[in-house]
Amino acid sequence: MDFSFTEEQNMIRDSLSRLIKDQYDWETRNKVITSESGWRPEMWAQFAELGILMAPFSEEDGGLGGNAVDVMVVMEEFGKGLVVEPYVPSVVLGGGFLKHAGSTAQKENFLAPMMGGEVVLAFAYAEPTSRFNLNDVTTTARANGSNYVLNGQKSVVLGAPWATHLIVSARTSGDRFDDNGISLFIVPKDAAGISTRDYPTMDGYRASEVYFENVEVSGDDMIGAEGSALPLIEKVCDEGIAAISAEACGAMEIANADTLDYARQRKQFNVPIASFQVLQHRMVDMFIEQQQSMSMTYQVTLRLEEDEATRKKAASATKVQIGNSGRFIGQAATQIHGGMGVTDELRLGHYFKRLTLIDTQFGNVDYHLRRYANLAEGVVKAAAE
Amino acid sequence: MNLDFSPEDIAFREEVRTFIEENYPEDIKGKHREELTKEQFLSWHQILGKKGWSVPSWPTQYGGTGWTPTQKYIWSEENARADTIMPLPFAVSMVGPVIYTFGSQEHKDRFLPGIVDGTTWWCQGFSEPGAGSDLAGLKTTAVRDGDEWVINGQKTWTTLGQHADWGFFLCRTNPDVKKQEGISFILVKMDTPGVEVRPIIMTDGGHEVNEVWLTDVRVPVDNLVGEENKGWTYAKFLLAHERTGIAGVARSKRGIERLREIASTEYDNGKPLIENPDFAEKISKLEIDLTALEFTELRGLAAVAAGKPPGPESSLLKIKGTEVQQRLTELTIEAVGNYAAPYFRGFPEEGGNRFPIGPDYAHHALPEYLNMRKTSIYGGSNEIQRNIIAKAVLGL
Repeated sequence: MDFSFTEEQNMIRDSLSRLIKDQYDWETRNKVITSESGWRPEMWAQFAELGILMAPFSEEDGGLGGNAVDVMVVMEEFGKGLVVEPYVPSVVLGGGFLKHAGSTAQKENFLAPMMGGEVVLAFAYAEPTSRFNLNDVTTTARANGSNYVLNGQKSVVLGAPWATHLIVSARTSGDRFDDNGISLFIVPKDAAGISTRDYPTMDGYRASEVYFENVEVSGDDMIGAEGSALPLIEKVCDEGIAAISAEACGAMEIANADTLDYARQRKQFNVPIASFQVLQHRMVDMFIEQQQSMSMTYQVTLRLEEDEATRKKAASATKVQIGNSGRFIGQAATQIHGGMGVTDELRLGHYFKRLTLIDTQFGNVDYHLRRYANLAEGVVKAAAE
Repeated sequence: MNLDFSPEDIAFREEVRTFIEENYPEDIKGKHREELTKEQFLSWHQILGKKGWSVPSWPTQYGGTGWTPTQKYIWSEENARADTIMPLPFAVSMVGPVIYTFGSQEHKDRFLPGIVDGTTWWCQGFSEPGAGSDLAGLKTTAVRDGDEWVINGQKTWTTLGQHADWGFFLCRTNPDVKKQEGISFILVKMDTPGVEVRPIIMTDGGHEVNEVWLTDVRVPVDNLVGEENKGWTYAKFLLAHERTGIAGVARSKRGIERLREIASTEYDNGKPLIENPDFAEKISKLEIDLTALEFTELRGLAAVAAGKPPGPESSLLKIKGTEVQQRLTELTIEAVGNYAAPYFRGFPEEGGNRFPIGPDYAHHALPEYLNMRKTSIYGGSNEIQRNIIAKAVLGL
């Protein structure tokens, strides 16, 4: 067992932290998220230059040979700065699919330019009625010669407005909830038949509703084997969970620090409100939640490469922790800030919003508690048989 | 960063597992703490003493093993797996470290070997009827008279003091200064005239704790540990020391396993209780809390191994560890259902068959639940632990 970071990982943290401090200050971020495009491509280019877009990929694939721990380091800093550029959609999800299942040609055409920042990916999987179920896919991909024709709607595709390419889950066979019959395709966003409605999200990101109407895709653009994409989607989404858990930990750190500062400065009854024991204990509980969340983030990050059941349990357990802790910290921080906590003047509210939506991303507390319980119970049943 | 066990770690696990299998005393296997005699209580400690494994966390020159954090983790996992009764903390984790850190050479030579080999039973004399969370408000006095301290006062909550050979007591030696600055740490032989141990019976019906009355108890001045009036510093050191293990992670993991076994055996609506999704989710929630705690402890161990002293973050382990332990006993009562009710303590036993009613696992469910309420109260209540984090970590 080893909990230390490599020199490279420490370097990534230091330089990324400095870059965000220098170029991602609060006013700048606010201007960016309310601008027309909602992001800064030049910032993305700087991230590429820093090497973080290639950090978690093997040297063979043209990466730096890092792993999920590198992603954790990056995402914790992103969480502290509430960086909106699409690291999770493009690097963790998009890059994840290509890394695990991409053909040589796909890696060459998409993964390499993604690491350079020229190709930006987004993952279109959720549908208006699928909620968090990854196997609930009604978008269809009908075979047509060596091509496929996509039809359907994908919802709340994070990062899609900035993407050059989409990775789409679609049904090549089977019925709505079947585990089998789901396939993945990578398509240029400007392909004929794709239309989008782009919008800002409450936490400062951009997302799209994506409509596919008779979109022709080549069979060469299928990622992995036909009809068997679900296990891959689950794996990559678990990797996404690890990433946004680290992001949540960064956000929690700032929410807690801001709350401490505020409670020390704010005076009522002639004393700082930080002197009240009831608030001290609340802030201690916030600290504990943050620590436990960090521990769970380590846990899932270090278990992503273990067997499927262990990985899924680790991811669901972490998501439950992060969802509960994020809600507790967000609400308690707002409460201790009093009226100021509900204004848009402080950055706190933005951390609260991000923590709230992290719970929804990739499935909320209830969804993952059930998933965990089913997996744990499955183990018990198997042992009994 | 990784969770891998090295080949050495795997070999160590085999070694530990085999050693426990081959050496854990038959006559205490599967027994509840309540049922043990003093000799049985000490038997595993003594076996570990001979092996050199009774005080793993101590510095090696005093008998410590020098194990890595991973090895300590394996050690506690294996003991939990075999359900062993570990050496009590009063000697190994409390007075021992105080003596080797602050005691004289003579104290080290005299007292440490008995702790290492498990021949001396130590008890703690800290709390008083009027000094609980406000421990520094203690009133028991030690007055110097020639070559002796004369001790008068009353201590309480002294765990298993009925078996103790020695006790370590906090006594007021200077009433005229700030309350924290007039306390000394004094060792008392429990058979000294004037020491009286009276049982306190708890809600679970057990005799685990005691009152200790001290009336004109005379002990040699040499029984003072460290410096006079520095006892508060030693007490704080003691309470913060060796928090690894206080979280009880490995034991709780085993407890959750057992809870799942119970829930697979008990029926609810004609189906195993474990198939009731509400109950399954309660277990899952608890297990998730425990996983977070486990990794918090591992991070802490790694930090200590990297040279950081065990900090006030250990209060976190105490708070979350005891919450998990208590929740486990709550869910166990829920799981056993009606058979939580039968209670035999103090009633005539028939034919040596002490618990003839209901499944075995139900017998201790309610007593355990009642007993475990103590965990959020002792060792500095969980409210005091929050005060410690507020002050020492958050700087409030």
